[in-house]
Amino acid sequence: MSENKKIGSTYSIPIGPVHPALKEPILFTFKMNGELVEEVDFAPGECHRGIEWMGMRRNPVQIVHLTDRICGICGVSHSLAFARAVEQIAEIEVPERAHYVRTIIAEYERLQSHLLWAGVAAHELGFDTLFFLAWRVREESMDVIEYLTGNRVNYGIVQVGGVRRDFTEDQFPRIEASLKYYEDVAGKLLNLFLEDRTIQMRCKNTGVMSEKEALELCTVGPTARASGLAMDVRYDSPYAAYGDLDFTPVLPHQYLGLTNGDVYDRIVVRLLEVVQSVDLIRQCLENMPSGEVLWEKKYPKILAACKKATGEAVGRIEAPRGECLHYVRMDGNTNPQCWKVKASTYSNQMSWLNMLKGEQIADIPIVVASIDPCMSCTDRVAVVHGERTDILTKADLHRLSVEKTRRLAQWS
Amino acid sequence: MRLTKAFNRSLWVFHLNTGSCNGCDIEIVATLTPRYDPERFGIKLVGSPKHADVLLVSGPVTRLMVDRVRRVYEQMADPKVVMGIGSCMSGGVFYDSYSLAGPLEEIIPVDVFVPGCPPRPEAIIDGVVKAIAKLERLEGEGK
Repeated sequence: MSENKKIGSTYSIPIGPVHPALKEPILFTFKMNGELVEEVDFAPGECHRGIEWMGMRRNPVQIVHLTDRICGICGVSHSLAFARAVEQIAEIEVPERAHYVRTIIAEYERLQSHLLWAGVAAHELGFDTLFFLAWRVREESMDVIEYLTGNRVNYGIVQVGGVRRDFTEDQFPRIEASLKYYEDVAGKLLNLFLEDRTIQMRCKNTGVMSEKEALELCTVGPTARASGLAMDVRYDSPYAAYGDLDFTPVLPHQYLGLTNGDVYDRIVVRLLEVVQSVDLIRQCLENMPSGEVLWEKKYPKILAACKKATGEAVGRIEAPRGECLHYVRMDGNTNPQCWKVKASTYSNQMSWLNMLKGEQIADIPIVVASIDPCMSCTDRVAVVHGERTDILTKADLHRLSVEKTRRLAQWS
Repeated sequence: MRLTKAFNRSLWVFHLNTGSCNGCDIEIVATLTPRYDPERFGIKLVGSPKHADVLLVSGPVTRLMVDRVRRVYEQMADPKVVMGIGSCMSGGVFYDSYSLAGPLEEIIPVDVFVPGCPPRPEAIIDGVVKAIAKLERLEGEGK
């Protein structure tokens, strides 16, 4: 205690797991020197629900609905990545039209996710008017998503072998109206977010990550692109209908003329991607082929094809937050032998440690938010070691151990 | 609608994520934004449980969060209402998971459940209205 009273000595501030600045539970510990952050540590895991474990006890058609619930914001990305992995193993060919439907819904998801993030970023800066405005603009995409899929969140539209609902011609005018709405409002949003003096003062040269650091820390998605790395799974290894579409990864220098890798650049990238998504959806509508949207309408047949399949595959998707990767191994049973999810925040979160060093306490919320963290995507593994017995108690471990022994005894 | 004496002016809400998938959380925030505008009824999100009248709990309550849920509940001043948001309050799609300690009502008393995966903003507002009605009834019975 006496050490803490000395001027210039460090002290630590815990933030979380329940804290108004955090929308999701995660525990940060900041070692501070005066106003400046000296060291950062974080302990995720509060969102761990054992989804992979549950998935390995269910069949692929059931898992698709579980993948939707990995994350309520980027659910389509997870279900799409999982479906692509299973389709590769079972050699299921997805109809061309289904690829386009998947692309349209994935881009709508990116639209709503980036606008959501823009609102949260404004809120973290204390600019609540802009927060409310961004979320009001976002409601338009939520309306279209509900119109197309039947639900605002957790759409449940992707299925192994295609999609569960088709987008018909009479729905196109509503989609077109929303695209027009976003084109009209895009200039206003760019102006409000990028020309505002408060946002410029708070975000420029805050949370800087150089291109080299971004590469070394294996960051993905908008976080990497904001530091000048031209990487985008949609562009680098096209999936769904992205191979047919005309676009290039969004980089901050396209708008600003230079790349700083700060929070401001991350705002630029995400807002420009909103504009890009509108363009991609329009291209999809123009080139949409006709035909079926599901490889096989009868689910037992899909399941039979999955059951016959053996092998392993990786499904890679550009989620709104970056690359999302699903590894699946099938061994001739209805349930996968192995299923591993690597969400985008898992790759991005280590960049916090570098970004936050030397920043002030007041900048913590915006820098933490700037990578668009999603803990429910990321918390995949329960850490059970050392003194962290609060995750699983000794009695629980003992019970699990006994159960596993019994299971193994039954099999042998 | 006349609110109870205790909630004379407005209901202040504290949101607690107990390991949810974000779906309910963004719908709760969407509920609070201008499209639905519950602030016209005085419903407002606050940063501390000590200021709140209503505790909105989303998520299936993971083992790590059990203690935090109890502590947040205990920190709230009486009278208080607990609302469980989302189907995974009772397990839902995560019913057979090993890392869940729910259902929520076994940890803290719950007054209103709002089912749905996730519930629509209208459903959440409806849940708050039901919570007010319940409080009025309790007050009428002198509890």
